[in-house]
Amino acid sequence: MAADEKVIVADKLTKRFGDFIATNEITFEVSKGEIFGFLGANGAGKTTAMRMLCGLSAPTSGNAQIAGYDIYSQTELIKKNIGYMSQKFSLYENLTILENIEFFGGIYGLTDQQIKVKTEELVNRLGLKSEAKKLVGSLPLGWKQKLSFSVAVLHEPKIVFLDEPTGGVDPVTRRQFWDLIYEAADRGITIFVTTHYMDEAEYCNRISIMVDGRLEVLDTPANLKRSFGVGTMDEVFYQLARSAKRGD
Amino acid sequence: MKQFISFVRKEFYHVLRDRRTLLILFGMPIAQILLFGFALTNEVKDSEILVVDYAKDAASQQVITRIGASRYFKIRKAALTHKEILATFQTGKIKAVLVFPANFNEDLLRSNKAQIQIITDAIDINTANMITNYMSAIILDYQNQISENLKIPYQITAETRMLYNPQLKGAHGFVPGVMALVLMLVSVMMTAISIVKEKETGTMEILLVSPFKPVMVIFAKAFPYLILSLVNVTAILLLSVFVLDLPVKGSVPLLFAESTLFIITCLALGIFISIKTDSQQVAMLISLMGMLLPTMMFSGFLFPIENMPLALQIISNIVPSKWYYIIVKSIMIKGLGISALWKETLILLGMTLFLLGVSLKSFKIRLQ
Amino acid sequence: MEAVVVRNITKTYGKEKTVAVDNVSFSVGKGEIFGLIGPDGAGKTSIFRVLTTLLLADSGTASVDGFDVVKDFKSIRNTVGYMPGKFSLYKDLTIEENLNFFATVFGTTVEANYDLIKDIYVQIEPFKKRRAGKLSGGMKQKLALCCALIHKPTTLFLDEPTTGVDPVSRKEFWEMLKRLKEQNITIIVSTPYMDEASLCDRIALIQGGKILSIDTPANIVKAYPEKLYAIKANEMYPLLKSLKDYPGTLNSYAFGEYAHATFKDQMRNLEDFERYLSDKQLTGIDIKRIEATIEDSFINLLN
Repeated sequence: MAADEKVIVADKLTKRFGDFIATNEITFEVSKGEIFGFLGANGAGKTTAMRMLCGLSAPTSGNAQIAGYDIYSQTELIKKNIGYMSQKFSLYENLTILENIEFFGGIYGLTDQQIKVKTEELVNRLGLKSEAKKLVGSLPLGWKQKLSFSVAVLHEPKIVFLDEPTGGVDPVTRRQFWDLIYEAADRGITIFVTTHYMDEAEYCNRISIMVDGRLEVLDTPANLKRSFGVGTMDEVFYQLARSAKRGD
Repeated sequence: MKQFISFVRKEFYHVLRDRRTLLILFGMPIAQILLFGFALTNEVKDSEILVVDYAKDAASQQVITRIGASRYFKIRKAALTHKEILATFQTGKIKAVLVFPANFNEDLLRSNKAQIQIITDAIDINTANMITNYMSAIILDYQNQISENLKIPYQITAETRMLYNPQLKGAHGFVPGVMALVLMLVSVMMTAISIVKEKETGTMEILLVSPFKPVMVIFAKAFPYLILSLVNVTAILLLSVFVLDLPVKGSVPLLFAESTLFIITCLALGIFISIKTDSQQVAMLISLMGMLLPTMMFSGFLFPIENMPLALQIISNIVPSKWYYIIVKSIMIKGLGISALWKETLILLGMTLFLLGVSLKSFKIRLQ
Repeated sequence: MEAVVVRNITKTYGKEKTVAVDNVSFSVGKGEIFGLIGPDGAGKTSIFRVLTTLLLADSGTASVDGFDVVKDFKSIRNTVGYMPGKFSLYKDLTIEENLNFFATVFGTTVEANYDLIKDIYVQIEPFKKRRAGKLSGGMKQKLALCCALIHKPTTLFLDEPTTGVDPVSRKEFWEMLKRLKEQNITIIVSTPYMDEASLCDRIALIQGGKILSIDTPANIVKAYPEKLYAIKANEMYPLLKSLKDYPGTLNSYAFGEYAHATFKDQMRNLEDFERYLSDKQLTGIDIKRIEATIEDSFINLLN
C-alpha cells in the first residue's frame, strides 16, 4: 500500500434534500490500494454519499477530490477513473459474456487490442472459457457477480465502488469474490465497498459506519472492536445503529 | 362481498393516488375530445376549391354560389383540361376540384339526372373525405330544394341522407371514435397493467394464498375500471353536448348499455393480457400495439374502411371497436334504436362472451 | 403431529427441465422455527411456492397441517400466512390501509386478531398514516409480517424476509419470530445469511435444489468432520495466499478477521506450520483451534 497517496479526500461533504440532511458533513480520506468498508443501516445516507463520490450527484456543500479530480467541476474525469458495480446493476443479461466485456471495454475507451487481451485474461482467471459464449442471464448469481466485478475493473480504474456486491451469494462464491477484491487491491486499485455481511467488514483495511447521515466512526476493524469493548464487528455495528433515529 | 368492496376501495386508492394514472384516465379523454373537436375540424375550413365549369348555366351557377357561400370552401374558377387539373393538385394548394360537364342544367331538368365530378386530393384522406361529404351534402340540399320547387318526386337514398350533417360539424364522427379509443385505453391497458403490477410486487402471490377466490381477485381488479370507464363515457358525452354542441340524437340509456357491453369486452381483453404477461412494460406494449393500433386503424374512425383493400376490410370485422364505433355513431348521430342495431350488438356480445371465456379459461389458480 | 411434511418433491422449469428442487424431503414439527438456508437460486422460493399451493411439483407429495398441497389447496390457503420474497405491499396505501385490506381479504378484522400482531404493530403504529412506499426497510418488513399474521395463521412461510435489511432490523425481526413461536405458530423461514441459521430450531442447508444437510444447528456444527483452525496475521491477503500454497492445507478461506483452515492428518505438526507462516514474512500470527460455525459447515458441504 502506497501509504501517502490519497485517492479519495472528502471534506465536510453534505447533501440536503429540502429540510432533510441525507449526508451531513462527512470527512474522510482513503489511500491508494486500500479496502475501505462503508457501512450503515438502511437510510443512514450511504447511497447518497456514494452517488456524490461517483460524480453522479452534486453535493450541497463541502469538497471532495476523487482520484485527484474535483467533485464539482470534473465529474466526467472522475467517471473515467472509477469503476462501479452493485447487486442491482450488473451486466446485460441478454448479451453473452464476451459481448458484455466488449461493450463495457468499448464504453471505457479501450482499444480493440486491449479488449482482446483483457478478455482472454479475464475469462481464464474466472475459469469461464467454456461459458464465454453463453448469455450472462443463464449464469448463477455468484458467477454473475464475479464477472460483473471483473468488468468494473476492466479499464484499471483508480477506485472501484461496490454497492452490496455479495448479497444473496453462497459463502464459497462470496469468498472467491473477496479473493478478486484482494487481488485488485494488490494491483493498487482502491476498493470502496458497502455490505450487510459483518464478517466481510472484517476483510476491510478500514471501516466507516454512518448513522443518521453522519460518519460516526472510522478505524480499522480491530481498533473499533477494542474501543467498543466487543468481540465482533456485528456488535460494534449493533451498538452504533441502535441509536439511529431515522430509516430510509 | 365485504372482501369485494374492500378490494374495490383499495383499487380506487391506487388510481386516485397516482397522478400519472389520473392523467391518462381523465386528462386524455378531455384532451382528445377537444383536439378532435376543434383542431381537426378547422382543417376543412377555407379549403381552396377549383371549379371547372363547362356548363356555365343557371344550375351550375347556383350550385357554385351555394358552395362558395359555405365557410368551408373558397372558390377559384378556371377552365382547364383534365391534365391541367391533375397538375394543379401537385401545387398542394387546391384541396378539391369540382367539374361541371356541359349541359348540366339540361340534364338535370330533362332526365332528373345530372353529374358533377368531385376530384379530391386523397393523400390527406380525412380532409378529402370530409370535403366530399360536405360538397355532396350541399349539392343534395340544392337538389332537394329544386325538386320541391318543381314538385317532381325526388329519390334520395337513406344512406346519403344520413350523411347529411346540417351544421357541417366534423367532430360528429370523432366523438364515437374517441369514445372507442378511450375505453380501449382505460379498460384494456389500465386493467392489464394494474393486475400485472400485483404480480410484479409479489402481492398477487399473497392474494392467491388467501381465502379470497382467485377468480374474484380478477373480477375485483376489473370492476373499478368498469366504473371509471363509465365515468369517462359520461365525461365525453357531456363535453360533446355542452362544449362541442353535438347532441345525442338517440337514446342515452341505450348508449350507456352498449358502452357497458363494450367496456366488458375490453376488460376481458385486459384480463387476458394480464394473465399472459409478467411485466408492466410488456402489458403496456401489447395493449398499445395489439389493441389501440387496430382501434385506430380498423374502427373506421380515422381511416374509412371502405377505402381499404378487401383483406383489411375482412380483418376489420374482428376488431370489437369497429362494431362499437358503428353502434355509437348510429345512436348519437343517426338517432337509431336497438331495432336497427341488434346485429352489431349481437356481434359485440358474441365477442365479449368469447373473450371472457378465453380469459377465464386461461386464468390459473397457481403460478406458472 | 407434523405441521409440514415434504416427501420427494422435485420441481423443474421450462422446456429444458432446469431442476430447481431436486427430490427434497423434510418435515417440520408444530411450533417449530425451521430454516431453509442457502444462496439465491438454491430452490428455496420454489419450495415455498409448492408448500403455499402456488406451484405444482413435478413429483412428490407435500402437506401443511395435514392438508395435501394439491387436493386441499383451498384449506391451506385459508390457514397459512405467506410473505413472498419480493413482497413489497401496496406502496401507495398507508400502513393502516394495507393492514385493513389484508384483514378483509382474509375474512377477518384487525381488531379480532390484534393480540397476535400487537407487539409488532405498536412499533409502526405512530406512522400508520404513512404510505408503505415511504417506510424504511425494517418498518416495511414489520408491516409485511403484520399483514401475513393478521388472520392468525397456523403456519407462517417467510421467504427471505431479511434480505437487504440492515443487521439491526434483522436482529429485531428474529426476536419477533421467537415471540411468535411462543404462540405455537409454525414458522418456515428462508435466508441467505448463515448467521441467522443458529436462531432456528432446525435448519436445512440447501444448494442447487438439493438438501445438503438437515438437523439442529448444534448438531450440524457438531458433525463438522475436520479439526478447524482460525489463523490471524496482520497481512490478510498474503496470509490467505500462503494458506492456499501450504502443502498440508485441505481447505482455507477468509472468515471475518481470521482465516479458517483445515489440514491433512488433523495437523500433527503445528510448529512446522507456524515456521512456514513466519518464513512468508507474516507478522502478528495467531493460530487457534476453534469450533465450526454453520457457515463453516456449509462451505465444507459445498466442497
